[in-house]
Amino acid sequence: MWIWVHKFGSPPHAYRLLGKLAPWFGWPALGLILLATWWGLVKAPADYQQGDAFRILYVHAPSAWMSMFTYVVMAVAAGIGLVWRIKLAHAAAAAAAPIGASFTFLALATGSIWGKPMWGTWWVWDARLTSELILLFLYLGYMALRSSFDDPQRADRASAVLAIVGVINVPIIHYSVKWWSTLHQAASVTKLAKPSIALPMLIPLFIMIAGFQLYFGWLICRRLRGEILRRERNASWLNEAS
Amino acid sequence: MRRAAVSSAARLVFRRDLTLAWRRWDEVAQPLIFYVVVTTLFPLATTPDLSELSKIASGVVWVAALLSSLLALESLFRSDVEDGTMEQWVLSGQPLGWLLLAKVVCHWVLTGLPLVVIAPIVGTALGLPFAAWGTLIVSLLLGTATLSILGGIGAALTVGVRRGSVLLSLLVLPLAMPLLIFGSRAVMMAMDGDSPAGPLQLLAAIFFLVLSLGPLAMSAAIRISVES
Repeated sequence: MWIWVHKFGSPPHAYRLLGKLAPWFGWPALGLILLATWWGLVKAPADYQQGDAFRILYVHAPSAWMSMFTYVVMAVAAGIGLVWRIKLAHAAAAAAAPIGASFTFLALATGSIWGKPMWGTWWVWDARLTSELILLFLYLGYMALRSSFDDPQRADRASAVLAIVGVINVPIIHYSVKWWSTLHQAASVTKLAKPSIALPMLIPLFIMIAGFQLYFGWLICRRLRGEILRRERNASWLNEAS
Repeated sequence: MRRAAVSSAARLVFRRDLTLAWRRWDEVAQPLIFYVVVTTLFPLATTPDLSELSKIASGVVWVAALLSSLLALESLFRSDVEDGTMEQWVLSGQPLGWLLLAKVVCHWVLTGLPLVVIAPIVGTALGLPFAAWGTLIVSLLLGTATLSILGGIGAALTVGVRRGSVLLSLLVLPLAMPLLIFGSRAVMMAMDGDSPAGPLQLLAAIFFLVLSLGPLAMSAAIRISVES
């Protein structure tokens, strides 16, 4: 197993492998997202209370899910980098942060657009919107800390500590619904045993989440390749490869 | 050579920091003055009506406490890292987490504790009823202590960074938001005559979580800042 780790951890090998992997994420992601978009916008029935406005759920919920998922991925990668001193793991954490921040922003923006017809305002200080905003601050703080070091290795390790400290916030986001009772509807998907959202509406949501997940895989392959190129710009294998 | 016990080493660090702070007591007083100034801004910016002010009093008292305890954090480890003291501590063989915790406790005694003492007076000026004093004091005791440790992690991470103070606030404030929620919620509940036990217990839970894991994160961050 360790041989495999070291092999994958070497930048030239990882660079080639990620290049080969990327299309295997990219094309299924595109297919699933297109399918779920059609299913969600056309085929799924309209909500009896919210009408067609609920359909933004198909972007909102997957991006909110991905915003938290990416943070966990980032923290795990940072932890691996910190413990086993694998540079590639640090590079993966660095590549994941802007993706996560974008998903968080997307979740906030779609939530706000959804809130306008439903609650009558663009912004409501409710638990999940607020904690999503805090998550965005965490991402921004992480990226700010990373960019404020001149030495890349110190940037890697210091921001890794921050990511691990901040990952405590991810469960807080998840349970804030219980802590703070406000306008937002309770989580409707995580209760797998008895979902409070109808099955015909749920299927495209799960397809969309799978699509977003694969899209994240594609993005991380591409961004990690870029990160490797940036970090290894003076290495000899790059000259040999090109 | 016999190594000193952990507790006595930590006590020495604590006493040293206290002595150092005592010789520059005006620097210690600054966050406190800042606290009073910030809380004065709110009546000026909103309304002098006490019944209106009392609605936001718990929030104002807490936000101001959060901001003013951030003020002194930036210099928490800086001078020790710059003059090489921290390197000696890292090499001393003593558990670094304990030494840093001693520093943080000293920082809390100098900045957090005065805030806890002065907050009820400031709160009263904002229309906070006497009945909520106890809750305010307990919530701030737990909150400022947690914030000192969280801030210690932030200070340890940013110690080698230029213009670290803005970055420090950016890192620590999001992490401190649950404290703000539960702290001001507890005070608000006490003002309404409800039992504030729930939020206070959550504050205590966060305090113990941070107390147990915080020193580890701090010492990891300091090692990164010092070693490379």
